This record gives sequence, C-alpha cells and structure tokens, in this order.
Amino acid sequence: MNIEVVNAWKRFNDFTALGGVSLQIKSGELVALLGPSGSGKTTLLRIIAGLEFPERGEVRFDGRDASLRSARERNVGFVFQHYALFRHMTVFENVAFGLRARPRHLRLPEEAIHDKVNRLLDLVQLKWLSDRYPSQLSGGQRQRIALARALAIEPRVLLLDEPFGALDAKVRKELRRWLRNLHEELPVTSVFVTHDQDEALEVADRVVVMDKGRIEQIGTPEEVYNNPQTSFVNEFIGESVVVPIVVKDRLARWHSMPLPIDVSGLRDGKANLFVRPYEMSIVSPDETPLHATIKRVRGLGASRRAEIALHYGETDLVLEIDAPRAPAIEVGAFVGLKPRNYRVFPALA
Amino acid sequence: MSGASAIGLRRYRSVIPGFGITMGITILWLSLIVLIPLAALFLKTTELSLDRFVQIVTSDRVLNALRLSFGLSLAAAAVNLVFGSLIVWAITRYTFPGRRILDALIDIPFALPTAVAGIALTNLYAENGWLGALLAPLGIKVSFTPLGIFVALVFIGLPFVVRTVQPVLEDLDKELEEVAATLGASRWTAVSRVVLPTIFPALLTGFALAFARAVGEYGSVIFIAGNLPNVSEIAPLLIVIRLEEFRYADATAIASVMLIASFILLFIINWLQRWSEKRVGGQ
Repeated sequence: MNIEVVNAWKRFNDFTALGGVSLQIKSGELVALLGPSGSGKTTLLRIIAGLEFPERGEVRFDGRDASLRSARERNVGFVFQHYALFRHMTVFENVAFGLRARPRHLRLPEEAIHDKVNRLLDLVQLKWLSDRYPSQLSGGQRQRIALARALAIEPRVLLLDEPFGALDAKVRKELRRWLRNLHEELPVTSVFVTHDQDEALEVADRVVVMDKGRIEQIGTPEEVYNNPQTSFVNEFIGESVVVPIVVKDRLARWHSMPLPIDVSGLRDGKANLFVRPYEMSIVSPDETPLHATIKRVRGLGASRRAEIALHYGETDLVLEIDAPRAPAIEVGAFVGLKPRNYRVFPALA
Repeated sequence: MSGASAIGLRRYRSVIPGFGITMGITILWLSLIVLIPLAALFLKTTELSLDRFVQIVTSDRVLNALRLSFGLSLAAAAVNLVFGSLIVWAITRYTFPGRRILDALIDIPFALPTAVAGIALTNLYAENGWLGALLAPLGIKVSFTPLGIFVALVFIGLPFVVRTVQPVLEDLDKELEEVAATLGASRWTAVSRVVLPTIFPALLTGFALAFARAVGEYGSVIFIAGNLPNVSEIAPLLIVIRLEEFRYADATAIASVMLIASFILLFIINWLQRWSEKRVGGQ
C-alpha cells in the first residue's frame, strides 16, 4: 500500500515534534526513519499508525485520506521497542489476539486460527515456544513474537518503533538481517524507526533522515551516505572530518590563504568543509595551505588511524583520518592535507 | 564445636545479611501481637465441652449472625470491587478539575471514626433523613435493616479497593492498549482481555482487604443495624452481648468460628491471587 504524509504538524505543549513533514512511501518498500532522539521520527510513525493525530496535515493510504480513521480501523501492524506482549497470555494466544479480537461475523473458525498462528510461528522460527509465557523468552524471541502478532492481522503496512533498540549488539545484527530476509519473502510496506545509522543503511530500501521535526534528506542508503544534502546529514551519517573555513569572494579561504576547493553556490561567510576520514590524503606541505603535524598512529592491520593536529590559529584542531600504508608516515612529521573528495556547507549560526 | 558452627555459618551466609535478627524480631513480634492473643482465644474456648461448643455455634441466633456478617461482607466487598475499579479508572486515566480533591476524599472512610460514620449514615438513611425520605415512598427502608448494614460496610471498604488497584493501573503500560487497538480490538475487548487480566491480582487483594475489614467492622454497623436478633444482628455485636452477660466462653466460641472462617476465605483469596500473579508474571 502507498502511504503519503502531507505537511503534518504535531506539537506537544511547547515542543514541536513535527514541523510540516511530507513523505511518500511506495507499496512494498522498506523505509527507515533515522534521526537523533527528539527528531520526531517516532511521532511520525505513530501518526501513520493512528496512535497520534496531527494538528495539521493529512495521512493518505493509497491516495485516500485516512487521517480520521482510528488505529483500529487502519489495519496496521505496530511493533514496539519493548515488545508490549500480553504477559498473561501464552505465545500462541499473543499471536492469535488480533484474529480473536475480530467481530464475530468476520472471525475465522478456530481451526483456521490455529493453522494461521502455527504458520506465523513457523515463519518466525519459534513454534517450539508456543506454550510459553512472554516472561520466559529472551529479548530477541519476544520481538519476533511481537512481529508475528502484528503480521497475524495481515496488515497493509508494518510499522516498527526502534524494533531492535532493547536488544544486545549480537542479537540486533542477527535480527536486522532476518528482518531484511523476511521483507523479501513477505513484501509488506514497512516503516521502521531507528537512531542507529548502521541499521538504517543496512536494512532499508530508502532512508528518511530527520532532525528537529523536519526531514533533512530522503534517499537510498548510498545516496544519503555518499551524497549528503545538508550539514546535519553530513555530520549524522558516517564519520566526517570537519574543517572550518571562510568563503570570501567565491573563494574558499583557510586563514586568508586560498584553498583549492569548489565553493560555487555558497554565499560569503563561515562554512564547514566535510571530508570522510578515508578521503583525506597526506601530501607535502608545499602542495596545500592545510598544514598539520602527525600526533599519533593507532591500530594494526587493515585499518590504521592517524591523529593529526591541524594548525589552526592559537590552538590545534585534532582530526582523525585513515593513515596510508605507504608512504609510511612518522609521528611528529610536518605534512600537508589534501581532500580527494569533499562537501562544503554554510556553518550554522 | 567451633568448627561445626563455622561450617554452619558459612552455609547460611547470604549477600543480604541480617536474616537471623529480622526473623527473630518477626517471630517475636507476631507472637506478641497476633499469635498469643489468638492462642488465648482458642484456649478460653476449650473451657467448653465439645457438645456445648457445637450447641453454641449451631444455635439459630449465632448462625444467623454469622450468615449476616459473612454474607453482607462478601456482598459489600463485591460492590466495592466494581465501583472501586470504576473510580480508580476515572481518577487514574483522566485529568479533570477537582481530581486531586476526589482522590483525597476516598481516604475519608479510613480516617473517620467509625461511630461517626455510623451515626451519619443512620441519620441520612432514616425515614426522615435526606436520603431515607426519598427512598421511603418506594418502600425501601435502609436504616435499622440489613440493607443499612450493607451500606455501612460498603462505605468503610471502598478505600481498600481503590488504594490497592490505583498504583497498579497507574503503572499499566499504555502500549499494551495501543497494541490491542492496532490489532483491531474494540475498547471493550482491550479492557476485558488485556487490562483486567493484568490488574486482576490487585483487584483480588483489594477485594480481600475490603472483605476482611467488613467482617470485623463493629462501630459503624451497630448504629445503623437496628440490632434485631436473627434479623440485623452481626456476629461481632453478638460477641459483645455475650461478653456483657459474662458468658466469656460463649463469646470466644463465636469468635473462633469467625476467625477460622475468615482465615479459610482469606487463604483461598490469597491462593487465587498467587495463581493469577504467576500467570501474569510468567516464571
């Protein structure tokens, strides 16, 4: 099912959780809402679910306005971070809940409910736990049961709020691969909220990066990683070395010395130069005005990191970049830095 | 000797120290406050021969008093369970002006001297009282009838249900109801299949406390009851009457029966509560 959110606003007292968000999700897509806490990503998810209602704006399902429909009528599967399993019911009854809660004339016969629940428990590979109670399960198992319960109602859209947030690192990794595979098997339109960029970039077809109640960028994982559109996305996704520069007369300057980088389209004023740690080259000091001293080299094997002090006025700016294998660099050496690839954004404030 | 005690010490060593002293004080205290007086009660009862004991506790007047006490206490506790739960729902789920005042009002039956409550209710429900005057034309008499006892028992039992259920409902995860809604459950289904089973142990505790309080209630009931033998005479009153007649053994016989019956009922409720808690808690 296509989902469309049009200019949604939501405020909680003085706090603007969503400040005019518009988003389109295509049928069968797996979309991640990524952002720091307080960015409004959970509020957006809850608005799609009908658990929260926007003050302004619309939610459309397949082009039809669903804003006034309650969560009950929207036929969405919702999975909470802390599972929200019914403690007094067995795993089987938890999964069967949505099927049994239907009005009598729509309810499946008992046999069909059994078949369906068993099929779902097979799908999440936990059939052997069907008689247990939720408190007897591990976190990962609970979350898979919560997912099976949400899928039981054959939702038109599956919404997951930080689904792996409460799990330890190993289980997290397993589950997100598993979710990706599940989505390939069962292509329900899915939206999940996360603050973990690795999770978003690994699992999702498209990533929606949010900050302070607004969408910063929407794109495939490659797009948001390789081609960040805003200063925020640049800093939030992946690692970046940030060098403060000044733009004057359409030229980038580092301590009034011209820097050979492209700043077309930027107004005069302070700006930030963003470079990925692996996109910074160490060159001879004659080739560039960015002068630095190598402070430390860490790490072994494939990934070696160099801590480099960039000479910046009175104080030094310590950057961390990938150290090249060859030519070998020495601690204490005076070098020049040259970005092979970079992005420039005006400095905020 | 010292070696043996060292091994013994090691065996009972725990990360939470102080078992010996707390357990000692617990047993001493329970003995002084509860067990010794109760033992004295049963000891006094043994002054009676078994035949005499059976004769006393199966006399019509005693049986009627016990039936009245236990019957009305159970009924009052049941009514408190229903209306107490509704009150808890209203004051925990919604915010409205005056909610705090309402919340504070609930504790009044705790604090009010029971005699004051009894006299106030009696006057209110007497045939010329504010409420009694309204009920009289309908042929309903409250004061000086078993119905009056019931009203008094409901009054004193209410806070027990409210105060035990309130914290549990306040802690109830909002997400449980939200997830039920997304799964297509109606409000009624969500409440009956998700909320009620979760707070069930607390409801049982509230019921047990309200019941226990009602069985032992004396002060407020004697004013409103009318105290007609076989009709509106509660067991605690009958005990006092026997005491005033210096028939101490008779009084303790009735008390023993009340005690055993209460103990059995509370034990069953407690067991039910454990069982339901286990279900809710898993393990």
